[in-house]
Amino acid sequence: MSSTAMKKKVLLMGKSGSGKTSMRSIIFANYIARDTRRLGATIDVEHSHVRFLGNLVLNLWDCGGQDTFMENYFTSQRDNIFRNVEVLIYVFDVESRELEKDMHYYQSCLEAILQNSPDAKVFCLVHKMDLVQEDQRDLIFKEREEDLRRLSRPLSCTCFRTSIWDETLYKAWSSIVYQLIPNVQQLETNLRTFAQIIEADEVLLFERATFLVISHYQCKEQRDAHRFEKISNIIKQFKLSCSKLAASFQSMEVRNSNFAAFIDVFTSNTYVMVIMSDPSIPSAATLINIRNARKHFEKLERVDGPKHSLHMRIR
Amino acid sequence: MSIVHYEEEPLPDSYGPADSFPKDFGYGEEEEEEADIEDCCSAPSDSKPRILLMGLRRSGKSSIQKVVFHKMSPNETLFLESTNKIYKDDISSSSFVNFQIWDFPGQVDFFDPTFDYEMIFRGTGALIFVIDAQDDYVEALVRLHLTVTRAYRVNPDINFEVFIHKVDGLSDDHKIETQRDIHQRANDDLADASLEKLHLSFYLTSIYDHSIFEAFSKVVQKLIPQLPTLENLLNIFISNSGIEKAFLFDVVSKIYIATDSSPVDMQSYELCCDMIDVVIDVSCIYGLKEDGSGSAYDKESMAIIKLNNTTVLYLKEVTKFLALVCILREESFERKGLIDYNFHCFRKAIHEVFEVGVTVQRSMGPQPAAAPCNKALALNGTPRNTI
Ligand SMILES: Nc1nc2c(ncn2[C@@H]2O[C@H](COP(=O)(O)OP(=O)(O)OP(=O)(O)O)[C@@H](O)[C@H]2O)c(=O)[nH]1
Ligand SMILES: Nc1nc2c(ncn2[C@@H]2O[C@H](COP(=O)(O)OP(=O)(O)OP(=O)(O)O)[C@@H](O)[C@H]2O)c(=O)[nH]1
Ligand SMILES: [Mg+2]
Ligand SMILES: [Mg+2]
Repeated sequence: MSSTAMKKKVLLMGKSGSGKTSMRSIIFANYIARDTRRLGATIDVEHSHVRFLGNLVLNLWDCGGQDTFMENYFTSQRDNIFRNVEVLIYVFDVESRELEKDMHYYQSCLEAILQNSPDAKVFCLVHKMDLVQEDQRDLIFKEREEDLRRLSRPLSCTCFRTSIWDETLYKAWSSIVYQLIPNVQQLETNLRTFAQIIEADEVLLFERATFLVISHYQCKEQRDAHRFEKISNIIKQFKLSCSKLAASFQSMEVRNSNFAAFIDVFTSNTYVMVIMSDPSIPSAATLINIRNARKHFEKLERVDGPKHSLHMRIR
Repeated sequence: MSIVHYEEEPLPDSYGPADSFPKDFGYGEEEEEEADIEDCCSAPSDSKPRILLMGLRRSGKSSIQKVVFHKMSPNETLFLESTNKIYKDDISSSSFVNFQIWDFPGQVDFFDPTFDYEMIFRGTGALIFVIDAQDDYVEALVRLHLTVTRAYRVNPDINFEVFIHKVDGLSDDHKIETQRDIHQRANDDLADASLEKLHLSFYLTSIYDHSIFEAFSKVVQKLIPQLPTLENLLNIFISNSGIEKAFLFDVVSKIYIATDSSPVDMQSYELCCDMIDVVIDVSCIYGLKEDGSGSAYDKESMAIIKLNNTTVLYLKEVTKFLALVCILREESFERKGLIDYNFHCFRKAIHEVFEVGVTVQRSMGPQPAAAPCNKALALNGTPRNTI
């Protein structure tokens, strides 16, 4: 790991069996949901370093949730665990029968955060939503969210409903890593320019290993509000199927009479997806434009890279 | 640069009779007429040829039907309730193969007077018997024997297919051993009843991987009378286009209707299935009209996926229900113009094959349910606007 790497500490906490190791394995280690059934309980803390977009390194602390470990985190290991935290992710099993105890631990955790890392961002995941009947999900989530917001004061928390069995997991994690990307505004400005120049309806930027959406620009209204996480999920699944053949996919073009979508390797850390609906623009032109923009975005990605704006040659 | 579209140009008619399908064929132009087509072709639904799903309770029949034909994720089948009466699923409006799938309750009482098994078996093309391989299967074998012998007496033309199911929980050795054992015992039982002529086919299946789609593909292929023609067309197409492997897929179910005669390797088939998922899912998100109308899969549907090992996957629309998925090398794909031209001819030929099929069936008029030609399923390959 290079010395210029920017490390950010992310704490994953929540009671044992709530699904912390499962979600981390799916997002960062190419597990499929079914494989998580074989995971054993995490002993103490498992550290993993995930290189994310070149210079950014996520330092994940997956904290085993059994009572004895939890007690230790709040006492003997308190400083070690809660110091220098950028993000706390607290996972709640929505089907848990010990709600009060869960809340008690959560509050202890916040207390320790407030003392040691008062600027940390807090995310609560109401997890295993697939186990709740579909028509109950909205209601139950709203209730939990309200409770959690209230109990978190004076800190503020962002809540997501998640399940490893659908795309909601990608939505939550996209939002979380989005907070951690240092030059994200700049990335967005450039993506907008790019989208406008090539006359795209929409452009998405994915982190290459996880397929989390890290930036997007939309020129045209789209119907599906959940499309980013859905696309992440769809493409990640396909990436996993390719890996069964010891291959990975390089590019993809999908069209019907209403649209054309191009997904292509972009920079060394990203894939880009471009959505076009103007049928008069040939595929080849879009592909060349994507190629031409590569170098520019490659530079941007280096956190302290030159900050000039986008100039491209367009055919 | 532009992509050359051959499809707009009428090509010399090199296959079959020139008037075998309307020149203005196309989904766009005839959308409004499609309602008529459905009407005129649909016999009373009960008389459509059918595939039966039978087997003991909780063996996985409903799960199979939901996963293969309704895109249910395997995980969701945990919540399926036990079936308590025959569920007749008519998938002909969304799928190429114009049949009904009948999902039976676990315990069928052949002696119940309301259960008209003669009528049911007469109109049956294939009987799939599902055995839970994770459970003790002694009772299942008794049931299997009872079911197939009864069905055989009514209609000896039925294809008897045995799915040794839920093998996801078994080790590879255990799978083979189980298949051998079930095969042996089932055939011994038939021999004891002097029914050696009754042929059973066995498949190892699970809803958690592609084995169930592959098995269903085989079951359906046996019911397609045009299969040799399709294989032949695929062989000609791939050898002239530098393509390694091609599958003709029923898009909605990911069943492959036909493939060229080179051996099928499971991994390639799986990758093609996964490609269809990607294409349909992405098209559902971006490819519908603004108000959500329209169809994700339409006449212009097409996809190209390039892998880092010089493999290219190429998908093209063939009919409303069918897609061709090809596997080829990057260097062959450089001659995309040639491939597209050959594809155009292939597509035309396929349309003619099924057009003829439909005409022949129609000219025979309404068939009594017992007619042997019922095994030749009516095919939904080609909608048309003139009868
Ligand atoms: N139904 C459902 N099960 C889940 C979900 N996420 C995880 N699980 C299951 O929950 C079980 C426990 O998951 P883990 O990830 O090991 O739990 P953990 O939070 O890491 O537990 P500790 O390491 O003991 O703290 C596994 O069997 C997972 O398959 C989910 O979204 N829905
Ligand atoms: N492990 C595993 N479980 C399966 C598979 N297929 C089905 N199941 C499970 O088996 C159980 C019973 O499935 P059903 O589809 O309801 O069974 P059925 O044969 O329709 O049952 P009845 O309607 O009662 O006759 C469900 O919990 C499914 O999740 C499989 O391939 N593998
Ligand atoms: Mg764990
Ligand atoms: Mg059932």
